[in-house]
Amino acid sequence: MAEIGSFALLLALALSFYSFAAGIIALAFQRNASPQLAGAGRAAGSHESSLIALIRQGSERIGETARRAGIATFAAVLLASVVLVICAFRDDFSIAYILHHSNRDLPAPYKFAVLWSGQEGSLLFWSLLLAAYGFVLRLRYKTDPRLFAYASVVLSGVQIFFLLLLNFAAHPFAIVQGTIPADGNGLNPLLQYPEMVIHPPMLYLGYVGFTVPFAFALGALIMKYPGEKWINITRRWTMVTWAFLTCGVFLGAHWAYSVLGWGGYWGWDPVENASLMPWLTGTAFLHSVMMQEKRGMLKMWNMWLVFATFWLAILGTFLTRSGIINSVHAFAQSSIGDWFAWFLAITLIVFTFFFVKNKSHLRSEHKLESLVSRESSFLFNNLLFVLLCFTVLWGTWFPKISELVQGNKVTVGAPFYNRVAIPVALLLLILTALGPLLAWRKTSFESLKRNFMWPTIGAIAVAVFLMITPQSWGSPFGLKPWQDISYFYSLMAIALSVLVTLTVASEFYRGGRVISKHTGQGMFASMVQLTHRNTRRYGGYIVHFGVVVVIIGFAGAAFNQDKEMEMKNGDQMTIGPYTLICRSSTEDDNANYFSQWALLDVYKGGKQIDTMSPVRRFYHASQQTSTMPDIRSTLNEDLYLVFEGVNQDNGHPILKAHLNALVMWIWMGVWIMLIGTVLALIPNAPAPVRAPATARLEPVRASSGVTGD
Amino acid sequence: MLRRKLAGIILVCGAVFALLGAGDPGTRFNEIGHQMMCICGCNQILLECNHVGCPASDGMRNELMAAVSRGDSDSLVEQSFVQKYGPTVLAAPTARGFDRAAYIMPFVALILGFGLIVLVIRAWKNRPAPAIADGLRPLHGQQLDQFRDQARKETDL
Repeated sequence: MAEIGSFALLLALALSFYSFAAGIIALAFQRNASPQLAGAGRAAGSHESSLIALIRQGSERIGETARRAGIATFAAVLLASVVLVICAFRDDFSIAYILHHSNRDLPAPYKFAVLWSGQEGSLLFWSLLLAAYGFVLRLRYKTDPRLFAYASVVLSGVQIFFLLLLNFAAHPFAIVQGTIPADGNGLNPLLQYPEMVIHPPMLYLGYVGFTVPFAFALGALIMKYPGEKWINITRRWTMVTWAFLTCGVFLGAHWAYSVLGWGGYWGWDPVENASLMPWLTGTAFLHSVMMQEKRGMLKMWNMWLVFATFWLAILGTFLTRSGIINSVHAFAQSSIGDWFAWFLAITLIVFTFFFVKNKSHLRSEHKLESLVSRESSFLFNNLLFVLLCFTVLWGTWFPKISELVQGNKVTVGAPFYNRVAIPVALLLLILTALGPLLAWRKTSFESLKRNFMWPTIGAIAVAVFLMITPQSWGSPFGLKPWQDISYFYSLMAIALSVLVTLTVASEFYRGGRVISKHTGQGMFASMVQLTHRNTRRYGGYIVHFGVVVVIIGFAGAAFNQDKEMEMKNGDQMTIGPYTLICRSSTEDDNANYFSQWALLDVYKGGKQIDTMSPVRRFYHASQQTSTMPDIRSTLNEDLYLVFEGVNQDNGHPILKAHLNALVMWIWMGVWIMLIGTVLALIPNAPAPVRAPATARLEPVRASSGVTGD
Repeated sequence: MLRRKLAGIILVCGAVFALLGAGDPGTRFNEIGHQMMCICGCNQILLECNHVGCPASDGMRNELMAAVSRGDSDSLVEQSFVQKYGPTVLAAPTARGFDRAAYIMPFVALILGFGLIVLVIRAWKNRPAPAIADGLRPLHGQQLDQFRDQARKETDL
């Protein structure tokens, strides 16, 4: 089997090379030689004309073979991936990768997940996803054959890099030397969790997916693509990719929360940061791209944003693989970090070269009419997103920089990011509220004041209400912002979230009211129709709403509590409104792991409401332990119990209880964001048929709050 | 006179704000413990390290509790931990020496970015308006706003 896999990888590399080289030859000929030959042919007569036609046909055929080679690359990489998975299921420990990441008693779904559980497998998986994106792109080439041909060449270039890595630096089918052990080392226990079967694919779909907009952007830059059509073509790709990355990032957070047992979901680890950075620039791009579509502005900026997003995704992989920065997630230090460093340098040089060469093609045509406009709000929005990205990048690299400058490393953890990133994020929330109320070109202060006044009053009212209500556990009631800076941030975040929600609601209401007036439909039906007529805009608003729900969830962190206790049967612990009584503790052993757990009755208000059982496991194959916290989620708070271990002297379990406020809001917010994205991807409903053009333009009495997409 | 009074009030308010809740040992233990890392290699905040039998965190917590109970100042506690465990024990760079750069750079970037946007906006605003065909009069003021609103209504909904 290993031979088949190795052969498939070599074949994929050869096909990628061919797709890349033949693609370049075909495009170079079409680009440079055709106009000259055509001129010469017209001058020289029919014999030469037919020769030119023949050469053109030849170049088109070469281009077509390049496209097909790209498609065949997908088949070859898919074959290699299938072979690796089959080897995992067959417990073929003659393959070093399977030996190190699987074992005989590993449950079937995790044997499938072996594909992305280690360095070599995850690179193969990355290559597979890239080939899959390329496959879809090459099938849809008729949309714009030339632009797609350029994008296909760029994708092949990236694919070659990953296949070179797989064939010469991190071979997934490397054979074990000497005696083959009877059983494997097993999968890392932390990865033996259902979400781990979907988190890496989602994250990788996001990372890899940004190669497609980058390929189109670079292609459009090289060929000086006229107009903004490439933006329209890549818009859906970018949104889908962004949705995958969002899903991947938050699945990672949920996995950390459910498995790592420290009670949090985000630790500002370099690898977590690595996933956040392309998300931030990708989000900035999704906003600024509208400037280019609607007003022909920010063309150069968008090019760099697309490039930065792709580059940061690769940089994230470099961080994980090189071992250059300490991280709990990092793979073992290996030489492939150098490969990534070179690849990053080459892509930067190539992109910069073509940008400098063709930047005159990217000049904006339009004039900015007013500072108070949608255009300037997008500029500030982009500034803040990029600044957040820079802050995360700076914080991630600062230990290394500090080591270089002053000879010693420092830690850059959550307190740094809380101090620096939270104020920027709060500014972004203000813009999220303000942006939709601004019209393209110009907004009068009068209209802004009218549209913004009620949401602002609502937000202030909520903030005051939160401060004056009596304190209640697990909720932001009775918040005293002067007591702690985290309370201040929390109050600001909630108040601004209310502001965003009210502006979004007012947009739906105003639009719905107009439709209702015209059609006589009810308000809800009108709002549905409104959304259907401009799915991108109103889907975007729903995404904004999802974001504020997530932010409210983050704001809850200011009220978290925890308590640790050794508990024998009958002992009780009180945390917040809950009382926990230890009923028993026990152990179990199976082929994969030995487990210990405690049974605790949970009381609230004197009434038993649940029984919880946090578990601790010891995995036989890997000789590692892991905790499986038991979490009881409500809208208000999560009761999060961890079985930390057993007191060796008396055998009593040691339990830690966390009371985490508003965490469920984060996961709900992500679902809302995804629903909004899906909605934004649905094509608009056709516009209703209008009266003939003879209709006279009637003066408008009141300025509408509807501000355009 | 009024300015001095105001400055005094602001100073007192600032001091009260900064000192609120700072005295209680439990609160101080919690605050300082969240500013430090466990050094066992788990990359976790000291008070969040959840490794049973962790070779580092239990001892570190005890040291911290002892220092806080003795009434050592925050900076003294930090210094003694840094001396014993190295600078990586602090969860964030200090506001001293080169470490200050960690905090300054994002704000420098914000100011530079802001300045750049202002320049871009000014350049875009000063760009010449597109030429208007002969015989057409440019619209201004209320009339222009009316047509804009009409266009918005007809194209967007």
